[in-house]
Amino acid sequence: MTTPAIAANRLRKSYGDKAVLDGVDLTVAEGTVFSLLGPNGAGKTTTVKILSTLISPGPDSGEIRVAGHDLATDPQAVRAAIGVTGQFSAVDGLITGEENMLLMADLHHLPRREGRRVAADLLERFDLVAAAKKPASTYSGGMKRRLDIAMTLVGDPRIIFLDEPTTGLDPRSRHNMWQIIRGLVADGVTVFLTTQYLEEADQLADRIAVLNDGGIAAEGTAEELKRLIPGGHVRLRFTDPAAYRGAAAALGAAVRDEEALALNVPSDGGQRDLHSILDRLHAASVEADELTVHTPDLDDVFFALTGGGVPQQPQQSEQPTEAVR
Amino acid sequence: MNTLSLAARDSATMLRRNLLHARRYPSLTLNLLFTPIMLLLLFVFIFGDTMSAGIGGGDRSAYIAYIVPGLLLMTIGSTVVGTSVSVANDMAEGIIARFRTMAIHRGSVIVGHVVGSVVQSVASVVLVGAVAVAIGFRATDATLLEWFAAFGLLVLFATALTWIAVGLGLISPNAEAASNNAMPLILMPLLSSAFVPVEAMPGWIQPIAQYQPFTPAIETLRGLLLGSEIGDNGWLAVAWCVGLAVAGYIWSTARFNRDPR
Repeated sequence: MTTPAIAANRLRKSYGDKAVLDGVDLTVAEGTVFSLLGPNGAGKTTTVKILSTLISPGPDSGEIRVAGHDLATDPQAVRAAIGVTGQFSAVDGLITGEENMLLMADLHHLPRREGRRVAADLLERFDLVAAAKKPASTYSGGMKRRLDIAMTLVGDPRIIFLDEPTTGLDPRSRHNMWQIIRGLVADGVTVFLTTQYLEEADQLADRIAVLNDGGIAAEGTAEELKRLIPGGHVRLRFTDPAAYRGAAAALGAAVRDEEALALNVPSDGGQRDLHSILDRLHAASVEADELTVHTPDLDDVFFALTGGGVPQQPQQSEQPTEAVR
Repeated sequence: MNTLSLAARDSATMLRRNLLHARRYPSLTLNLLFTPIMLLLLFVFIFGDTMSAGIGGGDRSAYIAYIVPGLLLMTIGSTVVGTSVSVANDMAEGIIARFRTMAIHRGSVIVGHVVGSVVQSVASVVLVGAVAVAIGFRATDATLLEWFAAFGLLVLFATALTWIAVGLGLISPNAEAASNNAMPLILMPLLSSAFVPVEAMPGWIQPIAQYQPFTPAIETLRGLLLGSEIGDNGWLAVAWCVGLAVAGYIWSTARFNRDPR
C-alpha cells in the first residue's frame, strides 16, 4: 500500500477554551477526492488551515503527515507539495489576472519563459484570456474563483485543498467548477474538498466525512453514508389544517410536521406504495396540496448526523431547495 | 537553491509586486506627499518672514535653508504612513494566506514591503527636494562626500521608520486603524527642531524635542548640507536609526510569524 496523501491523527484545535476540533482522524488516499462535509462552524475551514500549514495544530494533536512529510518538522516540504484555494479569494485584486499568474510563476522559481508559458496555458484552460489584462478586483465571483484555482495550479501541486470552492457561485459557475475538479482528479491529483453542499460531495467525492461539533460524525462513500439512515418517504403538504388532521388520522404511520402542515410517510417511493397512500387519502376524502417523493440522499444523512431527525428540524424549512431534489 | 538566494529571489518578487501596486495606484503616495510640500510652501511664503526673524534674522531664504532638512525627514515620516496603510490592507487580502502556504521564504512578504517603502521614501524625498530647490534652497557648499553621507542618512532613516511602520501596519485590523496608529510619525517632526530651534521651545518640552529621533537626524542633515555644527547628533541619529530598525524588524517578524487571525 502506498503512503496516504494525508494522514492526520487526533487533530485538535481550540481558541480560548472553545474546542473547534476535538480529535479528528483523517486519512486520504492518493489520487482520490475526499470531501469534508459539515454545517457552518463545524471546523471545516480550521481543518484545511491546519493541514495546509496556514495555522498550527493544537499542541495535543497527534502526528499529521501531508504528502508523506511531517507537518510539525518539515512544513516547507508540505508546502512544496500542496496547493490551496481558500474560502475567500486568494488573488491580488490590485494587479491583473495575468500578473497574478506570473507572480505565482516567479514564486515557484520557474524560468521566465516557462513561467509565461504556464501562465498562458492556465489562463486559456480556465477561460480567462479575455480578462487577463484587467485588474482581478473587477472579476466576477466565478472568474475570481477560476483565477484562484489557476494560481494554485501553477506549481503543479500533487495535493489540492479546496475550501468551499463553490460557495456563492451561480449554478453555471458551480458546474464549471465541478468540471475543473473532475479534470484535476483525472490528472492524478489528490483533492481535499470542503463543502456545505451535499450534492457536491455526492457528485465529486470518493469518500466523505461528516464533520460536526469538532468531530467526525460519520465517514464513508456516499452510498455507505446513505445506508446509515432509514429509507425514504413521501411528503404530503396541506394548506388546510382540517385536511392535515384528517390525513394524519388516515395515515397512522406518518411523521408529523405541525408547523409546515406536512406529513412524512415512510415509503420506498414505488408505485404500489404511492397507490396505497393515495387510496387512503381518497377514502378519508382529503386532498394534499403537494406531494413529493423523497428518496434517501445525503441531506437525510446530514440532518440525521448533525442534529435531530429529518422533518422536525427547522432548518429543513429554511432550505426547501436543498430538501426537494 | 540555497536559503539566502531563495530569500533574495522571493524578496525581489515581492518587491516587484509592491512597486507594481504603487505604480498602478500612485494616489496614496501622492496624497502623502501633499502634506510636506504644503507645509514647505506655507512656512516659507506665509510665515517665512516672521519665522526667519524668530531664528535670528536673515531673510526668507535663510528660513528656507533652515526648514528644508526637517521637511525632507518629515517627508519620510509621511511616506511610511502609507506603508502602514498598505501593509494593513495587504494583510486583509486572501493572497497573504496563499503566500503563507507556499514554499517561499517566509520573510519575503515583509522584506518586499520594507524595500518598496524605502524606495518610495527616497523618491518622495527627491520630489520634495526638487520643490525646495525650485523655491530657492541651495546647498552648494556641501562636498560630494557630505552629499553621499546625507543620502545615506536619509536611506537609513527611511529604513528605520519603515520597519516601525510595517509593525504598526501588522497590528492594525484595517487601513483606518493603520493610518491612526502611524499618525505620530507625521506629528513627531512638529515637536523637533524642524520648524523652530529646540531652544525656542518651553523648557519642559526641550529634553523631549532634543532627543526624539527626528531632531538628531535633522541636525545631522543640516550639518551635512549646510555646514552647521553636528556634534553628538551624528552618533545619536545613527543610534536611533539602528535601534528603531532592529526593534521594528524583531517586532514585525514576530508579528507576521504568528498564526493569522
